Amino acid sequence: MTIFFWIIQLIATPALSPLCIGIIKKIKAKFQNRQGASIVQPYKDIWKLMHKDEVISPDASWIFRSAPYIIFTTTIIVGLSIPLFASFLKNALTGDLLVVAYTFALGTFFLALAGMDTGSAFGGFGSSREATISALAEGGLILSFFAVSVIIGTTNLFTISRAGILLSTSFFLPAMLAFIGFFIILLAETGRFPFDNPATHLELTMIHEAMILEYSGKKLALIEWAAANKFFIFAALGVNLFFPYGIAQSASMGALFIGVAALLIKILGICCIVALIESSMAKLRFFRLPDLLIISFILSAVAIGLSQTL
Amino acid sequence: MIDAMISEIGFVFLLSLFAMGAAGSLCFKKRDTLANGWQNFFAIIGSLWGIIFSIGAFFVTRGISFAATSSVFPLLSFSFHIDKLSAFFIFVISLITLFCSIYGIGYIKHFYKKYNIGALGFFYHLFIAGMLMVVTASNGLFFLVAWEIMAIASYFLVVYDHNDNDTVKAGSLYLIMTYAGTSCIILSLLLLYAYTGSFDFAAITSSVALIPVSVKNAIFVLSLIGFGAKAGIIPFHIWLPAAHPAAPSHVSALMSGVMIKTGIYMMIRMFMDILEPAPLWWGLTVLIIGSVSALLGVLYALTEHDIKKLLAYHSIENIGIILLGLGSAMVFASVGNTPLALFGLGAALFHTVNHAVFKSLLFLSAGSIINQTHTRNMEEYGGLIKYMPLTAFFFLIGSMAISALPPFNGFFSEWMTFQVLLQGILSAEIVVKSIFVLATGALALTGGLALACFVKAFGVTFLARPRNSDVPRARESSWPLRAGMGALATVCLLFGIFSGYLAPLLARTGASSFLASANTAPSAASALLAPNGFGSVSGPVFFILFVFILLCVIAAAKYIVNKKQKINIGATWDCGANLTPRTEITATGFARSIVCIFSGILKPSLQHEIQYHDAHTRYVPKSRIVNLRMRDVYQSYFYVPLIQFITALSLRIKAIQSGNINMYVLYIFIAVVTALFLS
Repeated sequence: MTIFFWIIQLIATPALSPLCIGIIKKIKAKFQNRQGASIVQPYKDIWKLMHKDEVISPDASWIFRSAPYIIFTTTIIVGLSIPLFASFLKNALTGDLLVVAYTFALGTFFLALAGMDTGSAFGGFGSSREATISALAEGGLILSFFAVSVIIGTTNLFTISRAGILLSTSFFLPAMLAFIGFFIILLAETGRFPFDNPATHLELTMIHEAMILEYSGKKLALIEWAAANKFFIFAALGVNLFFPYGIAQSASMGALFIGVAALLIKILGICCIVALIESSMAKLRFFRLPDLLIISFILSAVAIGLSQTL
Repeated sequence: MIDAMISEIGFVFLLSLFAMGAAGSLCFKKRDTLANGWQNFFAIIGSLWGIIFSIGAFFVTRGISFAATSSVFPLLSFSFHIDKLSAFFIFVISLITLFCSIYGIGYIKHFYKKYNIGALGFFYHLFIAGMLMVVTASNGLFFLVAWEIMAIASYFLVVYDHNDNDTVKAGSLYLIMTYAGTSCIILSLLLLYAYTGSFDFAAITSSVALIPVSVKNAIFVLSLIGFGAKAGIIPFHIWLPAAHPAAPSHVSALMSGVMIKTGIYMMIRMFMDILEPAPLWWGLTVLIIGSVSALLGVLYALTEHDIKKLLAYHSIENIGIILLGLGSAMVFASVGNTPLALFGLGAALFHTVNHAVFKSLLFLSAGSIINQTHTRNMEEYGGLIKYMPLTAFFFLIGSMAISALPPFNGFFSEWMTFQVLLQGILSAEIVVKSIFVLATGALALTGGLALACFVKAFGVTFLARPRNSDVPRARESSWPLRAGMGALATVCLLFGIFSGYLAPLLARTGASSFLASANTAPSAASALLAPNGFGSVSGPVFFILFVFILLCVIAAAKYIVNKKQKINIGATWDCGANLTPRTEITATGFARSIVCIFSGILKPSLQHEIQYHDAHTRYVPKSRIVNLRMRDVYQSYFYVPLIQFITALSLRIKAIQSGNINMYVLYIFIAVVTALFLS
């Protein structure tokens, strides 16, 4: 039975992630008074890209060729290592928040190298910006995680989401501060406004799109899919660490049903907030971004200062 | 049989192997090939025996002590004591020496006919033997002798390439800083002698209660400066980025991987063993120094484009991370929480051996690149992955390990450091808590910046197109170089996978040596466990999961979805301009945004020099030179005032230096009379 849940968990991330992107695009289109593409369009895009031929630069090495597979693999591993719909599943082997942070770093490492590999100025600058943003974001990410783990007394993500709802206890303030800190990092790490514009290829705004400019075909599909996975994982982490409402605490049918439904509704909520932010504010100038990241860092540090162990 | 070997005889045999190597190298100095073969053969045999011996000594519960005293110098006794901590450091020294010597067989060849190979072998062996004696000496004076042998031998190795003026300069800086540090160490040992009446470490430990608190604090500060200068803590690190790049690469690997760790060894010995019990603020001081060294080390590394200097700055960063583990261990030891102290010490020691492995791997790969391209400037590399694929692969593994990416070893020791810092955050005292929060933040930021720095280092060196016409002439290195690097890369992965077994073993180092009984130490398991059930991570599971999913993804993408896919080769999109090496991003450009963000610390300055075709109207520029410089904060706020002070003091003292010999005789006379009266 447990094996069955793990397989669902394994499939859930890649299966649901393109939907999130589709929903965000749809909401943004509505804000812009457009009809917009269907919410399943990202699936069709991935399918289409999978069936296209590829063009690879003669300058590219095996790093460029293997990076999409490695990046996609890291997102699958992280998808297995975090609580999605059930906290009774216990992953004491990779379900640690530092493992999650550094496995994403592994993906970032190869993505940034792949950006430099083709030798175009675009890719190089995209990599430089990505490395800068993720270097600063890592501090905020780890500290916001630590704020929660200091309160609950563990770094295991499943145990944290099992321990209960922080917001309804006396830890409301630190948990809320840490969540705001985390949310800023979510926007930064997944390449969303105000950090990056996922919709354009303008050289002034782009980070993620610049690095993957030379990719095509299957490899592009994998990278886009991995980016969607990353968004889904960050959204799931945000809702399950800070608002673990409804997450299945036992393997009963009812609890599981509520768990899955709660996950979908909460992630839909995160998608709405992200879409709202993208529709209502402008992208920040690159050198204003560190300010935002350092705010996240400080918020989380304050959250740790305010928190005590349960 | 085993008992007889794992004893003083075994250790003396170990030292004599290196002595044979040293003597033989001098004898055969006229014949390059023979000298090379001799020195590396004995180094390999010696280090192999060192590994076996240290593993054996690690499991000998009582420790190995022996001494050779002479009646001529009653205070100086050649006494050794090998406990678990010493055995661990013998292991690290031997492990790195083994791979560096294999590498050396091929690497030394390019010095043939130019330099004296015998001298290299002599100092190389003297250096290793010196380090081995440093980590085993149990007498203060003998320790100083060993420390000096290590320092002087490494000085001669640094200036080995003595036709280069910069090298000689770097060597002098190294010598000055070493002696500044050693003087602090001598002072602290003399203070210990003054209050306990012995130079013997065991005797000092037993009568440490006689030392007043203020003196103890003075000893702490002096030895922190003295051993910190060797370890390379900021601000006493300036010799490190100068000296390490100057030495031959396999020596750089030893210096950066192992020699600076002798400073760490002595810090553990002094603060957690000899001077125990330590007050709380010692640990907090070490934590702060560790945070500053880690963060500034990686920031300065980002600004470098000399590949060996970049690696040297990363040594400073990693010493900082080790000190974070050690500092937390000291804090927990002073509040009496032995299990956490052991875990912290385990984190520090595990990072010590991990850093030794991946840093020497990186230095060896850098040496292999420099050998082919004849420059240390990263801006002149580019595209080397096509010409030196194996070196590139090994450098990639080293980069991933040092950036703490799973499943390599660096991740697991940083994970332990994070866990022990997290335990510190839980402490109730607000000062302690906030220092731990800052240290955690510093470590998290350091991890991210190290990743950025190694994306830069690997990307600019190996990827894209060559930036220099020399690069396409580069060839893959010869087999000894590849063997040395490949073995270290394998060790990086193995130490990561078996971290669950290794780390608890290291945590027990302190348990039976000095801290407490062994049953409070963490137990070995396939997964690495944090104290108090805080978390766990399994190296083997992560590795298997990663490889398995990666293979599945590749198989699915390649063979299931769209098997008919064609892959065309087409030039990189060039925006209509021709792609030249100048359109690629440079190391300076890559790090520019981070440098700008941290401009408060790095103090970059930008100067434009523009020459115009039309000097009056200034419309058409002819040439443009951009100078980007960093100002060293510690240089301008620490060393410049210090040097000014010393110069001013020297000028004052010059007044009594009249040059008249009668005056000097008078001084001697006064000194003798004073001494007579005082005694």
